[in-house]
Amino acid sequence: MENDKLVIGGKEFDSRFILGSGKYSMKLIEAAVKDAGAQIITLAVRRTNTKDEENILDYIPEGVTLLPNTSGARDAKEAVRIARLARELGCGDFVKIEIMRDSKYLLPDNYETIKATEILAKEGFVVMPYMYPDLNVARELQNVGAATIMPLASPIGSNKGLATKEFIQILIDEIDLPIIVDAGIGKPSQACEAMEMGAAAIMANTALATAGDLTMMASAFKDAIAAGRKAYLAGLGRVLTRGAAASDPLTGFLH
Amino acid sequence: MENNFLFDSDLLTETGLKRKHQIETDPSCRINHMEYLPGMDVIDSDIRKCVMEHFDSYDYSKYTAKDVRRALESDRCTIEDFKALLSPAAEPFLEQMAAKAQKETSKHFGNTVYLFTPLYIANYCENYCVYCGFNCYNKIKRLKLDYEQIEHEMKVISDSGMEEILILTGESPSKSDVKYIGEACKIARKYFKMVGIEIYPVNVEDYKYLHECGVDYVTVFQETYDSDKYETLHLMGNKRVWPYRFDSQERALMGGMRGVAFSALLGLSDFRKDALASALHVYFLQRKYPHAEMSLSCPRLRPIINNDTINPLDVGEKQLCQVICAYRIFLPYCGITVSSRETAEFRNGIVKIAATKVSAGVSTGIGDHEEKYTGKQDEETGDEQFEISDGRSLNSMYSDISAEGLQPVFNDYVYVG
Repeated sequence: MENDKLVIGGKEFDSRFILGSGKYSMKLIEAAVKDAGAQIITLAVRRTNTKDEENILDYIPEGVTLLPNTSGARDAKEAVRIARLARELGCGDFVKIEIMRDSKYLLPDNYETIKATEILAKEGFVVMPYMYPDLNVARELQNVGAATIMPLASPIGSNKGLATKEFIQILIDEIDLPIIVDAGIGKPSQACEAMEMGAAAIMANTALATAGDLTMMASAFKDAIAAGRKAYLAGLGRVLTRGAAASDPLTGFLH
Repeated sequence: MENNFLFDSDLLTETGLKRKHQIETDPSCRINHMEYLPGMDVIDSDIRKCVMEHFDSYDYSKYTAKDVRRALESDRCTIEDFKALLSPAAEPFLEQMAAKAQKETSKHFGNTVYLFTPLYIANYCENYCVYCGFNCYNKIKRLKLDYEQIEHEMKVISDSGMEEILILTGESPSKSDVKYIGEACKIARKYFKMVGIEIYPVNVEDYKYLHECGVDYVTVFQETYDSDKYETLHLMGNKRVWPYRFDSQERALMGGMRGVAFSALLGLSDFRKDALASALHVYFLQRKYPHAEMSLSCPRLRPIINNDTINPLDVGEKQLCQVICAYRIFLPYCGITVSSRETAEFRNGIVKIAATKVSAGVSTGIGDHEEKYTGKQDEETGDEQFEISDGRSLNSMYSDISAEGLQPVFNDYVYVG
């Protein structure tokens, strides 16, 4: 467990909780870092304030890796532009691709995401694409140089949990990259379940931001993620199946 | 216990015999089996490394009943689970393994069983593989069918109702070159919906050419994944080059083939390790080429002409069944072929559990289908590669499979180029 690190783009992390960027407040960032142990915090480039007051960049504690995202981008071209801007702003090489052509559900556009990932990976970015869990798309993202795959659990901000569970499991089984479950996780138990399945990390924001007690919820997430990870590493126990055994042995013909 | 593979033919001259004995007894006069010969494609691939890391470190004695139970009770089978299922600790769980394998088979294949027939068009061979009836030192009747004879054989087979054919040759690039095999495949396209080949490994360009001739499925058996053991069994010829053979399936896929088939010949070496490597070869290639169709065979050693003592040693029917069930549980999507090397009783039993493809109306000789199918005996024929155990015709195979409540299928495929 002590040597169990999350490695992204050659960088090691002890924490498997990533703070999303949807709902921001100083208090949230503080709780995420202090109580949930977050070492990666997402930052919507479009929200960075170029003026002096209330600049999110000033809120990010030292030792935390900044993960700028491309929210607001409607296609690959815009996402690439935002990513380059983030690099110029001094946000480092990590970038989370978010491309939404749908303002109602904010569902990611997988096709444009592949295009943006390919361009940015070639430019040396550590690309973490947010996507709808589709195996073929995930394979393509891996082929074009993604550092992780970030499938959504349910619509962003919905707190509805693992609606895409079966498909996320397929990605975990088939893709040789960290699978980070992003969007839709509403409760610690759901985060725990995703970790038990073999997810590499959980990204959440709304679940914390809308909780009754922010600090307590942050620490609940930390415990749930650690418990899920431990269970995954331990290997889950058996599930009893009901039903009688076949009366005729299948192997009776063997000599 | 070991097989005694070596015997001499009275056809050899004194010098020939001397040369043969030298090759058999003095490893230093054999070529380096790990080195590609000039003209052989070397592809950029890490598949071999991935497979062999597991092969080298696999210690099946460390697995216990607890590991086997865990594998049987889990929804998904990891590589570790698979290793447990192949271990001796799983032998007492054979019935449970069969039940689980049956469920996986029916999930992916329903109750269908595919039928095909192999057609050997030539038995010339330039390799000296000590266990094989076609080996260049074995005194057998050699024959290479001409195009007219090939067409005639195919007609006979096609008239029996068969829609899928597997074209085989001995491994002689000089007697049976790629052009000759390609022409045979073009003829086969006229009579069959699916054409597969099991020939000597070739380069990507050649696979591309054969694919254009109508081939969509390439079978290459690695025989054993233990390269040191391989060296002692494949003493002469191109087949001696172990890594070139290993990469065959990947080259075939690079050449545009739709599917590839794999196997170790069980009984040559440590069968558990060979089964592990065969399945991992499928597993890693499937991850790299997710569109490809994959299939595994599971042949055991058989007696050959002039050496009827060859046998599969410690791979009994139970062990074979264990391997097949483990294959099925680990690779639910993978086709599993059980050939006529096995008895009718075994094949009837195993199609109910895990096998999805069986051969019917089989001859491993050359040009004798008409004789076999109609009793007509006026053609010259060539000797067989090995003795078969199940000589059932297509019709009796069909009715046996149907009687088990399964559905025999002749074809589920369309050639799209």
